Amino acid sequence: MLEQLNEKDFGTPRRIAEQEVTLEIDGMQVTVAAGTSIMRAAAESGVNVPKLCATDSLEPFGSCRLCLVEIEGRKGYPASCTTQVERGMKVRTQTPKLQALRKGVMELYISDHPLDCLTCAANGNCELQDMAGVTGLREVRYGYEGENHIHSQKDESNPYFTYDPSKCIVCNRCVRACEETQGTYALTISGRGFESRVSPGQDQPFMDSECVSCGACVQACPTATLQEKTVIELGQAEHSVVTTCAY
Amino acid sequence: MSIKIFVPGDSAALALGADALAKNILAEAARRNMAVELVRNGSRGMLWLEPLVEVQTARGRVAFGPVSAEDVGALFDANFQNGGKHALNLGLTEELAYLKKQERLTFARVGITDPLSLEDYLAHDGFQGLRKALTMQPAAIVQQVTDSGLRGRGGAAFPTGIKWKTVLNTAAAQKYIVCNADEGDSGTFADRMLMEGDPFVLIEGMTIAALAVGATQGYIYVRSEYPHSITILNEAIAAARKAGYLGPNILNSGNSFELEVRKGAGAYVCGEETSLLESLEGKRGIVRAKPPLPAIAGLFGKPTVINNVISLASVPIILDRGAAFYKDYGMGRSHGTLPFQLAGNIKQGGLIEKAFGVTLRELMYDFGGGSASGRPIKAVQVGGPLGAYLPESQWDTPLDYEAYTALWAVLGHGGIVVHDDSADLAKLARYAMKFCAIESCGKCTPCRIGATRGVEVMDKIIAGQDTEAQVELLRDLCDTMLNGSMCAMGGMTPYPVLSALNHFPRDFVKKIPV
Repeated sequence: MLEQLNEKDFGTPRRIAEQEVTLEIDGMQVTVAAGTSIMRAAAESGVNVPKLCATDSLEPFGSCRLCLVEIEGRKGYPASCTTQVERGMKVRTQTPKLQALRKGVMELYISDHPLDCLTCAANGNCELQDMAGVTGLREVRYGYEGENHIHSQKDESNPYFTYDPSKCIVCNRCVRACEETQGTYALTISGRGFESRVSPGQDQPFMDSECVSCGACVQACPTATLQEKTVIELGQAEHSVVTTCAY
Repeated sequence: MSIKIFVPGDSAALALGADALAKNILAEAARRNMAVELVRNGSRGMLWLEPLVEVQTARGRVAFGPVSAEDVGALFDANFQNGGKHALNLGLTEELAYLKKQERLTFARVGITDPLSLEDYLAHDGFQGLRKALTMQPAAIVQQVTDSGLRGRGGAAFPTGIKWKTVLNTAAAQKYIVCNADEGDSGTFADRMLMEGDPFVLIEGMTIAALAVGATQGYIYVRSEYPHSITILNEAIAAARKAGYLGPNILNSGNSFELEVRKGAGAYVCGEETSLLESLEGKRGIVRAKPPLPAIAGLFGKPTVINNVISLASVPIILDRGAAFYKDYGMGRSHGTLPFQLAGNIKQGGLIEKAFGVTLRELMYDFGGGSASGRPIKAVQVGGPLGAYLPESQWDTPLDYEAYTALWAVLGHGGIVVHDDSADLAKLARYAMKFCAIESCGKCTPCRIGATRGVEVMDKIIAGQDTEAQVELLRDLCDTMLNGSMCAMGGMTPYPVLSALNHFPRDFVKKIPV
């Protein structure tokens, strides 16, 4: 359901350039505007590279490491969202090594995530859930007894949405949406390493922060971390309409 | 003739009481009505002898060490100011084997001159490289650095000349020179010793870099843990600027270059160049995706040369003596010298500047005199906390970038930390994961979550819990971190972990109690 709402996400914004670049992705010739990311070039030709921190309304960030690809003649596994296309490049988006890496990353994500998908407000509309499926994750060998954020306190101060840090994957999409889409700069990440969490202002509740309740962060969130209260109450929408209101 | 006495003002000497010692020397000299000129020089790098006092004699400088404040009276009684006999008299400094066997190019003046005396710097070939550079076209300066074979001494070993060339060839209204002085590797102190012992050489190197690429503003990003370096650099910059070596019109050449010191805030990851640039811009110190390279879009999005202290401080001698002179040192594709820093469980720790090609065994035994504990050496970590642990079978491999790559090890910034046979490599592998967990910037998943899980997996291995499965998981995790991380923080943590596991597997199997 809900085809209209979930428009295809090309991962990184469209680039406009006079110059075109032709490259090879998974054996197919693809031509895109110069400056386009490998991820977008692949998506435009129907190849969907797994991703979590990338979305085409925001500049690429490169943090989730699910979109790694192999490029002939190049060392390592560059992220396809932050790597731009080059003429004659030969890219592979699916290899056994890439699958193993993606599964390894996914195993880490899920080792610090509540396993309540069926009762989660984002059930059926969660990119983390999608990626667990895409990467073929079948077990989490780390167990669930290790350090985690499962018991983090929810912030329900905002009347329209809830912030649940236990479900946060620190993709920074909300922080970037607040900056790039809205220009409000109300959000940041506080702490470092495993302690990193989204924070309105200096560890303030959303309502006390500079947040203007525009909803850009909620829209950008790939999980249930920032979730509309109506969705929590009523469930996912069964239809959508186009309106003019920006808020 | 007045008596000239040298008491290092280097942090290592200060930590061992050099200030109290200097005070006592002046007081004792006054009591004896002797005119004494006291110079607070840099350290010679023989740290087990600090505070190392030197006196100027007709034969040359005579060393005494380690000297404590209480030794001063007896030293004067023994006529030490003229190199008199005393149990602490080590003879002529230049004849000390530890120094004599070195090839000091970058550290040529460190410990010899008064760090803040411009006159002393000039008397020891100071600013000769800059004077040459001022007569050359930018591309010719870059070519000299390229031809010298100098590679990044921060650890990545990227050819310095190629980096400079990219900045030179990227057109922009503003370009920057940034010096990475966020020396955070465990057991390293070369940057600090150089900044405290010869700050002008760094200023000169950065000014040459500015001329080479067309930059007009430079920053030295110094870690907050180096307060003395910060003070000395600020004083040296002011002195250089006053004398016309920095500022709007360098030596009346019409070239302008301004230099400022910026203080870090205690994050290891800010030694990673893109995090450093973020921090320098006043943001959270998190890693940027590359490309774009800092050489194309660096500080404030402008083309930026970002080099380690030692890389930049090696430039003046290259310009002064020529690329061929520098290139002649070393082996293979590792040209010049590296200031190795010998630390950990070692009798004679310190700084050893040698041409590439020396071996760990030579450094640890010929220079270091073996372990401090007297027990056999078991493992050596080379290249900082993210460097591999090397077992004895690898100690005769020449210290050369490519030879170390072949061992699945790194030279990094030249830090060498020695462990004796009481070390448990499983615990050290756990520590490597813990270090990564503490210092991870938190941006990419393999490092942010992986390091924390790594500590937990190591805890299970150390507890002997399901060892075989946990070791397999550890290897998979290392693969994810190695190939999936955004930068070397998470990407190199597997080096100490896997080298410990592969070379010392017995430490990973819990000993069954009898």
